[in-house]
Amino acid sequence: MRRVSTVLAAAILAVSSTAAADPLKIGMITTLSGPGAGLGIDIRDGFQLALDRLGGMLGGVVTQVVEGDDQRKPDIAVQLARRMIARDGVHIVTGIVWSNLALAVMPTVVRGDVFFISANAGPSALAGAQCNPYFFNVAWQNDNNHEAMGQVVQDRGFDNAYLMAPNYPAGRDALAGFKRFYTGGIAGEVYTPLGQLDYAAELAQLRAAAPDAVFVFYPGGMGINFVKQYEQAGLKAAIPLFGPAFSFSQDILAAVGDAALGVNNTAQWSPDLETPENQAFVAAFQTTYGRIPSLYASQGYDAALLIDSAVRAAGDRFDDDTILRATLREAAFDSVRGAFRFNTNHYPIQDFYLREVVKNDAGVLTNRVVRKVFDQHGDAYADTCGMP
Amino acid sequence: MAIDPSLAIEQTLNGLQLGVMLFLIAAGLTLVFGIMDLINLAHGSFYMFGAYLTATFVGMFDHFGLAVLGAVACAAALGIAIELVAMRTLYQRDHLDQVLATFGLTLLANEAVKMTWGPVPIFLNPPAALDQTVTVFGIAYPAFRLAIIAVGLAVGLFLWWLIRQTRLGMLIRAGATNRTMVLALGVDIRRIFTTVFAIGAALAALAGAMAGPILAVQVGMGEEILILAFVVVVIGGIGSVRGALVGALLVGLVDTLGRILLPSALAALFDPATAAGTAGALASMSIYMLMAVVLALRPQGLFPTSR
Repeated sequence: MRRVSTVLAAAILAVSSTAAADPLKIGMITTLSGPGAGLGIDIRDGFQLALDRLGGMLGGVVTQVVEGDDQRKPDIAVQLARRMIARDGVHIVTGIVWSNLALAVMPTVVRGDVFFISANAGPSALAGAQCNPYFFNVAWQNDNNHEAMGQVVQDRGFDNAYLMAPNYPAGRDALAGFKRFYTGGIAGEVYTPLGQLDYAAELAQLRAAAPDAVFVFYPGGMGINFVKQYEQAGLKAAIPLFGPAFSFSQDILAAVGDAALGVNNTAQWSPDLETPENQAFVAAFQTTYGRIPSLYASQGYDAALLIDSAVRAAGDRFDDDTILRATLREAAFDSVRGAFRFNTNHYPIQDFYLREVVKNDAGVLTNRVVRKVFDQHGDAYADTCGMP
Repeated sequence: MAIDPSLAIEQTLNGLQLGVMLFLIAAGLTLVFGIMDLINLAHGSFYMFGAYLTATFVGMFDHFGLAVLGAVACAAALGIAIELVAMRTLYQRDHLDQVLATFGLTLLANEAVKMTWGPVPIFLNPPAALDQTVTVFGIAYPAFRLAIIAVGLAVGLFLWWLIRQTRLGMLIRAGATNRTMVLALGVDIRRIFTTVFAIGAALAALAGAMAGPILAVQVGMGEEILILAFVVVVIGGIGSVRGALVGALLVGLVDTLGRILLPSALAALFDPATAAGTAGALASMSIYMLMAVVLALRPQGLFPTSR
């Protein structure tokens, strides 16, 4: 079906001179160097894969991607956004991984009347009263994956959990989300500096607190450090470790090694989800890039599909904000994760799954779905969003 | 909150281990900085190469010790090459040029690693014999972290011997104190510089090799730790290896204990969420506050080399 629509789009494009003269410009601001680059590269590669599969066009409009490396620094992300909007005239900005960067670029993006389609960062600050007509999130609200894990830990009957997260907006959202659905006792709640390398001190405190379960949110390199050190300290066998998918995602599993084997984590997506779109995506990603996609890659891919559907529905008038906003809200695309729609605050309503780290037939560490935790789950902030 | 003695011992060990790790990096940095008057931002790249090469060699030799030796030797060779090609032209330039040039080298190194090993972090585990906990002072402690402390102290001893007991060390000390005079005495300072740079690169690679099994082996891992290493160098006194050791241990202990003590201290004042957040923010500042205090009292660092 997609091929037919691509061909159709190409045909429409051929007869429509205005569309050919006006390419759709996407600003891809993401983390491509330094620690955390694995996440940004996956989002970019996922986005690019969708664009390639659509013949270099989104919504039948020739699409040009302007790429910028934010180096995980808010000031650089803002500079990039400013330059892409003023000089390159991008219509849409996407790609940002980190919530503190997303919050930093919002004023620039809104002033430029440009849409920010987040393929990852979903801070609570943009979900509630501060929700914004120019902001869409195609991944999740930050709390969601943690809420799902809170539910799982609650269901298993744990009653003395130890919680850890980095000290930045998404870290605080994570523990808030976990505690929304986990109502048992808390043995300790620790925030560590963003980018911390060594967790030996925290692990010693953790052991002394003698919890019955540990929940951590450590994305990217922090997750590698933490999980390796957790196992080396002999804790993995003693106290079960839980976390959102970010600490056990495909981008870090190879580096963590067997220390991650068997750990439970929660996500809105998994490489083994059996939707036809997902099967096609995972296969194409592996063929193109030679690795199993992470959930970040799936989100980048979905961001491109969302833009594709919205621009297609808007037709020639895709640069009219009001029209594009209306067609974005429809979310009329086949997400690789299955059912997907937008809430009133432009955040997703979707299913969440419990996954387990396993070895696949080739001996590669990956995730497998254990069960569904939430059915069509929204976020806790949408009610306070007053967006018309 | 009363602190349990065995926990206090464990946290002190953690602080020591972090300090020793920082010393391994800072020792090379301070030698190069102090003796050659060269600010080398690419020092972190040798650290990264050390970790990546060790991971690769472990795959080839299946022996951790051999892999570390191989990585250290490769880094030293690379250090010699870079000194001959690039660094030589920088000694006469001012510090800003050096920062720009070595920062450029860092970018080059990161891209090279990304092209060779890919953007995704790679795997490096401790050797099987050390991948367990051992009981010291009645607490279970990861054996590999003890090995890091041992390696760091051995390197400290080696550097002490090298600098205090050998002719090369004498020249290094003389060069750090008064370079012009050493030149005037007819010593080939260029060869000393090449040697010192290679030693620095080898030490950084050793640090990377020892850090790899407990930290993420990823592109840009060197920049994260380089800032801490510079703090150590400044606290210890530029050019002083003894200062680097004391500074590193101080930074390791202050950082570790700050992360532990601040939350419990603040918990008495605020509600748990605020206390945890504030303590996290303060703990990440603690070593910079230490640096500020040291600089206020001793602007040349703890062990200044006279020049």
